[in-house]
Amino acid sequence: MNPFLLEIDNLAVDLPQGADRPHAVSDFNLRLRPGEILCVVGESGSGKSIMAKAVMRLLPEPHVRASAGRILFAGEDLLASSPARMREIRGSRISMIFQEPMTALNPVMTIRDQIEEVIFTHQEMPKEDRFQRMVRLLRDVHLPDPERILYSYPHQLSGGQRQRAMIAMALILEPAVLIADEPTTALDVTTQAQILSLIRDLQKEHQTGVLFITHDFGVVAEIADRVAVMQHGRLVEFGEAKQVLNTPQHPYTRSLIAAVPSLTPRDPKPVDPQPAVLEVKNLNKVFRSSSGLFGGRSVRAVQAAKEVNLALHRSETLGIVGESGSGKSTVARCLVRLIEPDSGSVQLGDVDLLGKSRRKLRPYRKRIQMVFQDPFGSLNPRRKVAELISEGPMVHGLPRAEALQRARRLLELVGLDPRSADRYPHEFSGGQRQRIGIARALALEPEILIADEPVSALDVSVQAQILQLLADIRDRLQLSLLFITHDLRVAAQVCDTVAVMLNGEIVEFGAAREIFLNPKHSYTRQLIDAVPGKSWILPTFKKTPKGENP
Amino acid sequence: MQDFWRRFKRNRAAVFGLAIILAIVALALAAPLLFPQSPFRVVGKPFLPPFGEYFLGTDVLGRDVTAGIAHGARTSLLIGVLATVVALLIGTLVGGFSGYYGGFVDDLLMRTTEFFQTIPSFIFAIVLVAILTPSIESIIIAVGAVSWPPIARLVRGEFLAMRNREFVQACLVMGMGDLRVIFQQILPNTISPIIVTGSLMVASAILIESALSFLGLGDPNIMSWGFMVGAGRTHLRTAWWLCAIPGIAILLAVLAINLVGEGLNDALNPRLRHL
Repeated sequence: MNPFLLEIDNLAVDLPQGADRPHAVSDFNLRLRPGEILCVVGESGSGKSIMAKAVMRLLPEPHVRASAGRILFAGEDLLASSPARMREIRGSRISMIFQEPMTALNPVMTIRDQIEEVIFTHQEMPKEDRFQRMVRLLRDVHLPDPERILYSYPHQLSGGQRQRAMIAMALILEPAVLIADEPTTALDVTTQAQILSLIRDLQKEHQTGVLFITHDFGVVAEIADRVAVMQHGRLVEFGEAKQVLNTPQHPYTRSLIAAVPSLTPRDPKPVDPQPAVLEVKNLNKVFRSSSGLFGGRSVRAVQAAKEVNLALHRSETLGIVGESGSGKSTVARCLVRLIEPDSGSVQLGDVDLLGKSRRKLRPYRKRIQMVFQDPFGSLNPRRKVAELISEGPMVHGLPRAEALQRARRLLELVGLDPRSADRYPHEFSGGQRQRIGIARALALEPEILIADEPVSALDVSVQAQILQLLADIRDRLQLSLLFITHDLRVAAQVCDTVAVMLNGEIVEFGAAREIFLNPKHSYTRQLIDAVPGKSWILPTFKKTPKGENP
Repeated sequence: MQDFWRRFKRNRAAVFGLAIILAIVALALAAPLLFPQSPFRVVGKPFLPPFGEYFLGTDVLGRDVTAGIAHGARTSLLIGVLATVVALLIGTLVGGFSGYYGGFVDDLLMRTTEFFQTIPSFIFAIVLVAILTPSIESIIIAVGAVSWPPIARLVRGEFLAMRNREFVQACLVMGMGDLRVIFQQILPNTISPIIVTGSLMVASAILIESALSFLGLGDPNIMSWGFMVGAGRTHLRTAWWLCAIPGIAILLAVLAINLVGEGLNDALNPRLRHL
């Protein structure tokens, strides 16, 4: 009897000519046992998703195709199977859950139709049995009121409910192998915690072998039995979860784990006795969506900010944490008037930012600058780096030559080669672009820097570098930093004070240490409990010179 | 730029179209040298067939058809290009402001655009030329006035998508003025689809001009292909080439411009590029 469900031998996947490397995956070996969760970890571009798709034969052939090796499933080489045979296997013997539950479900079909389709394709089953089975499984994935959910369309469900429905769909025929490709990345942290424990429970109950693809070591610590670490399409480390997480052998694994921010808050700084540089009082914003030919009646109102009060001191970092839709980005955008708030006041030193017309506000804008989330969307693709950075100072009247000179100096400050000034944004990696975005914000010599999820689109090792850079700059230039994040680990490492937001309201506000070690509000406790890998104490190791990514 | 040319070259038909356009442009530029006299001048007997004394024969009144084709190329290209420029100007401004400001401005500008779109464009062009009295300027204005709505809608869509991109927000946070954001930051990012639509619009402008001239609404002092077709149509059964030759000229020009437009679309729109 074969002890393995899935055996991947010497798998190689070719990339089309002109890609940054010839193979997406090479010399890859992996064994999946029944009833275990095997986590495949790696940064973006490590080939982990390509590997998973190769198992399902879902690669965009012929551009990207498996060129060597075997993938054995129950004695059968999947790479050699006919398309018809693969269709039989997919969904019934091996099934998959995807990252984005909104796009993975068909928006014009009810949940029932979509799950039933899986059964129709593979088995003949009486109508009554099908229904009973679906209801039972929806109950298993802890969906409330399964009969109502069955007749719902995907848009009527929340993100977490959709992902549960996806899982139900994947498990309806009790497959032997479940491939989960970043199934919780698009979800909020509290939902993520529930989905992780759900996958864990179901997998135990059904003895499913789970191939779990993720970039998040916290998730690995939460769920994995064994761990495979991938870099540049190769397997660099493989072992029991405890062993890989606590005593990693390969320098790459070490550098990845070293970059995971710790949940223990950093040592607090002495509070600045001066009055706050930025004071927000009773800020309110309601978004209304209206319908009808001429606008008219308002149909739905969402309170994105409700009586928000904040104070930011000199060279302090204030973190706003919360889940998606909590209003944290809205508050940040209200401060710089990218969104017009309904009421309230924002006082920057002696200037009232909300009382001015947009035109009158312009000269004051340089005092508050912003770093954005998306390193790809936040730089104009048609302008050179030097132009991007010098634009701001030139708008405020600095002569072109001086502005360009300042741009070069700033590139150096953010750790980029000043010679890169004449290149276009698309020539840089995500982390480098984020550095350019920071340089652009600093070009106006602001007093306050608002960073809206500046690291959430970046890989963990790059994330650590950017956080370090932000901290350096804050201390060097005596900046005040307003840091918006959904990631409590990041907040713990960066922030002096923290405001926790829920449904547009600040439910808790205080020193970071207090909030992390002694949370008062039940929602704050819930958030901290949901952080993946909370009980995992990060190992510390001496820094090897190879472990640091340049 | 080299990359662009490499991708453009891959489309054979587009290169063929470009060759035809260049030939027509050369003909138009050389017309005053090849035929220094007015194309309205009577040179010989009427209804001389092609490939005789005169290369493409003579028309109803004995005018040289070859001279007419060469001078007509000037008219067609001039009107095609200028009318498109007018349409692009109006369309880009209306669409840009509409998409950028949204709300009331958007409502106002878009309802105006729809008002123009609901009038059948050719009838509208006829009315405009008739009111403004037929002349080359009024034809350009008329063709431009009926061609801008699709551009406005296209540009509005692009601006709507760009407006909330983070790089635009970064510029606003910097304190950049609205006009600068519109023209310096967003517009260069929307230029590819504008160029493609504009190039195809030249072809439709040439067609509208020909149709107007055919109906006798062209500038009476300027030779044009549409006028030649119109003048020859009563003799279609006895001297078919009087209609066919300028007709083929129109066909070739429009076809070539369409081919080039499609080639531009492939070359400028990397999303359609094959792996």
